[in-house]
Amino acid sequence: MKPSAGELAALAEKVAGWARDGEAVEAYLSRETDTEVRVFEGEVESLSSATSAGAGIRVVAGNRQGFAYAGSLDLDVLGETLGEARDNASFSSPEGWVGLPVPDGVQVVALDLWRDEMAVYPTASKVSAALELEKAVRAANARIRQVESAIWGDSSSEMALASSLGLSAADRSTVCYLSAVAVAGEGGGSQIAHGYTVGRAPSELDPGKAAADAASRAVRMLGATKPRSGHLAVILEPRVSAQLLSLLGNILSGEMVLKGISLFTGHLGEAVAAPAFTLADDPTQSEAWGAAAFDAEGLACRRNVMIEDGVLRCFLYDSTSARRAGTTSTANAIRAGYKSAPGVGAGAICLTPGNLSQEEVLAQIGDGLLVQSVTGVHSGVNPVSGDFSVGAEGLMVRDGQLAEPVKEMTIASTIQRMLQGVVAIGGDLEWLPSPAAGLTVAISEMSMSGV
Amino acid sequence: MTHTAGTLIDEAVVARTLGRALATGGEFAEVFAEDRRGSLMTFDDGRVEDLSSGRERGAGIRVVVGNTTGFAHTADLTEEGLLAAAEAASGAARGGGGGVREIALSRAATASPSPVEVFPAGVEKERKVELLRRADQAARDSGGAIRQVSVHYRDSRRQVLVANSEGVLATDDQVRVRFGLSAVAGGDTGMQTGGEAVGATMGFELFDEHNVEGLARSAAQRALLKLKARPAPSGQVPVVIKAGSGGVLFHEACGHGLEADHIAKQVSVFAGRVGEQVASPLVTLVDDGTMSHEWGAMAIDDEGHPTQRNVLIERGVLTDYMWDWLRARKDGRPVSTNGRRESYQHLPMVRMTNTFLMNGDEDPEEIIRQTSYGVYVAQLGGGQVNTTTGDFVFGMTEAYLIEDGKVTEPIRDANLIGNGPEVLRNIDVIGNDFAMGWPGTCGKQGQGVPVGMGQPTLRVRALTIGGTAR
Repeated sequence: MKPSAGELAALAEKVAGWARDGEAVEAYLSRETDTEVRVFEGEVESLSSATSAGAGIRVVAGNRQGFAYAGSLDLDVLGETLGEARDNASFSSPEGWVGLPVPDGVQVVALDLWRDEMAVYPTASKVSAALELEKAVRAANARIRQVESAIWGDSSSEMALASSLGLSAADRSTVCYLSAVAVAGEGGGSQIAHGYTVGRAPSELDPGKAAADAASRAVRMLGATKPRSGHLAVILEPRVSAQLLSLLGNILSGEMVLKGISLFTGHLGEAVAAPAFTLADDPTQSEAWGAAAFDAEGLACRRNVMIEDGVLRCFLYDSTSARRAGTTSTANAIRAGYKSAPGVGAGAICLTPGNLSQEEVLAQIGDGLLVQSVTGVHSGVNPVSGDFSVGAEGLMVRDGQLAEPVKEMTIASTIQRMLQGVVAIGGDLEWLPSPAAGLTVAISEMSMSGV
Repeated sequence: MTHTAGTLIDEAVVARTLGRALATGGEFAEVFAEDRRGSLMTFDDGRVEDLSSGRERGAGIRVVVGNTTGFAHTADLTEEGLLAAAEAASGAARGGGGGVREIALSRAATASPSPVEVFPAGVEKERKVELLRRADQAARDSGGAIRQVSVHYRDSRRQVLVANSEGVLATDDQVRVRFGLSAVAGGDTGMQTGGEAVGATMGFELFDEHNVEGLARSAAQRALLKLKARPAPSGQVPVVIKAGSGGVLFHEACGHGLEADHIAKQVSVFAGRVGEQVASPLVTLVDDGTMSHEWGAMAIDDEGHPTQRNVLIERGVLTDYMWDWLRARKDGRPVSTNGRRESYQHLPMVRMTNTFLMNGDEDPEEIIRQTSYGVYVAQLGGGQVNTTTGDFVFGMTEAYLIEDGKVTEPIRDANLIGNGPEVLRNIDVIGNDFAMGWPGTCGKQGQGVPVGMGQPTLRVRALTIGGTAR
């Protein structure tokens, strides 16, 4: 019922071996065990724990591709799923560049993303960690009036991939986190903020920081008002820059270029960002949340520098888009689990840090807005036109010092102008639970809409 | 392909599983079994790019002991697999006590509000591909500036069985079909996008009601129009929202804030306000899971209760929140049938179904004529809300300036931002042209569920437009 890691790889090989003459088969199998503990007001609100597994199977025959998935690793289900993928392939459009990847000889970087400690960590300890976190948030500041949620979460996941063209990959990783949402109150007004800590094992967590972050970020927003509209310098906190840099993985996809809908078509070798802006994707950094030895098609992950000193150097490709573009895969195939066929994306984006602390960035900018959080990124950022408009809250900055809190406004510009407008990059690089690392980034001017 | 709603689990096995779940104590146990099949087709760049399908089956078991819920799920629907999950859930809830519980189940027959004529799984794939091809062609024929078209077709069938230790035993068979496309137009000012989507809780007969060429032309026109768009204004202006385009306004401005879990934790600006005037007297807001064929329609919610129609705000007065089993039990009141979950791998929580604003009596044309300056929003995108402060955003993807009572120039995409209670008070006129809008997916704590939204044309006296115009 529950194959071990080696058995998962053997099962993937078995499915790949079912390929008929004239077709290529790729099996991607994954299995994960998750636990989540939610506590509220000193009691466990819910405790969930379960193992789930599934398979995604890709078939290419006659330059046509089909995909099918199942939430099961039973052999007969895998057989049916392969049949379904074959049937799907017969209805898709044939193209010369459709096909599975072949081994490209790039050396696999061995990563240590698994901690045996995770599997033996007792549930009782997870529960007390969440309860302790809730207490710590309340204790952090007298103006915390509620902890909406305090959560322990962990996940141990394994994947195995095999294809009839000779690729095979197996990887596993553990992750755990503590996260809390603090509600600060004063008079009739409440403000809310999130604090968290992530690691690959319980010993790597810093609950004190999670509690302090949640409490201080909620408290400093108390009394926030809606600001007047205007144009000003904007400083993004690490969490916010991570959220926005994550979008660049999609925008710098070679597939967008091939389809003629990329903002950056025809700009290779040109300056698309400020000179201090160097952006890479590198899942082989073990500290990255998206660290991985293999991409979603089984190629070895590697470092790709997309923008160097402001100049656009390369786009990201999976094997299909690369073949179509007449180049080679950058090992940027990603999947949203076994249910999705591979597509192009990035998992570990990192902007080269500068050497300023956040205080020094504020001092350099003088007057502007420090953005603590943004909302509506999915509805307000158009990756094709570049139009950018998101809800924001944060603190005004005057003479390099944090001033009054502001909320219920938007900040807007275009992605193109924002990249060119980066005037300071902090040295405070932080790997967050995101496809990108965060750090303090200042942009010379954006539109702020309020009253 | 068979279309009969097969028995997911034998009734006797369900009863034994519930009994095992409560064997070491606990007040409540529930089995939620699900068999979900889905298929997706993407026609992009003039070709069938993705064709995928799949199936997932399993059961989630929850056990409630005091204020603690234990939860486990399994993909193994044999009695052995279910009993193991029941023990895991019971262990998670730290059941003490003991004793044998006999569970007597009574099967409730609830007619589906959304009968299906043509099951999508029985439709040849070639016919689906043909729909996508026709839409692609129609969008490309809409103008030489159309650079790219991406068309999506998705269908799903979700058969569920819910049983609990209170004797509930209910099943549902939910079939949904969604079709959408996005077009990209290019010109001197760069590229712009336009979209269109339809979706319903029904079978392939959705396409008897909707013409894919028409939908494609509408998406293409949106993209073409925006090539001439000027930057959106920055700051507060009156905003008129077209019927059927902006139900997301209410979903975010107050829908989430009326979910009982946010109320219980005092993280909603609407907590403690039942019976108070929270909106303009023009506003009557309803959440209704029974609305035939709408995107959020179901015979039963994901806790096995037959769905119902709930009035949330009546003539501006807050009448009630939305409740799932857990929150209703704590308050000693009936559920409002708003317990939903993404899949058997998730715990249920309070969620909206189809949320909509009732008709007013103004002629929509007149609303525009009476607006000397402002923004006319013809299509909204997604949104997000902070229920604690009530601040919410939502995107506009087709909008125009209103000048001297006339809709004039198109403006570029931007988010709008407002505060829920303030916006509800600032609705100063409502049209008589009610319409439901796009099929939506609502996300909460990482779980996505299908929701419907609708409203007549309306005006908000002041909303902040997050544009860049100087």
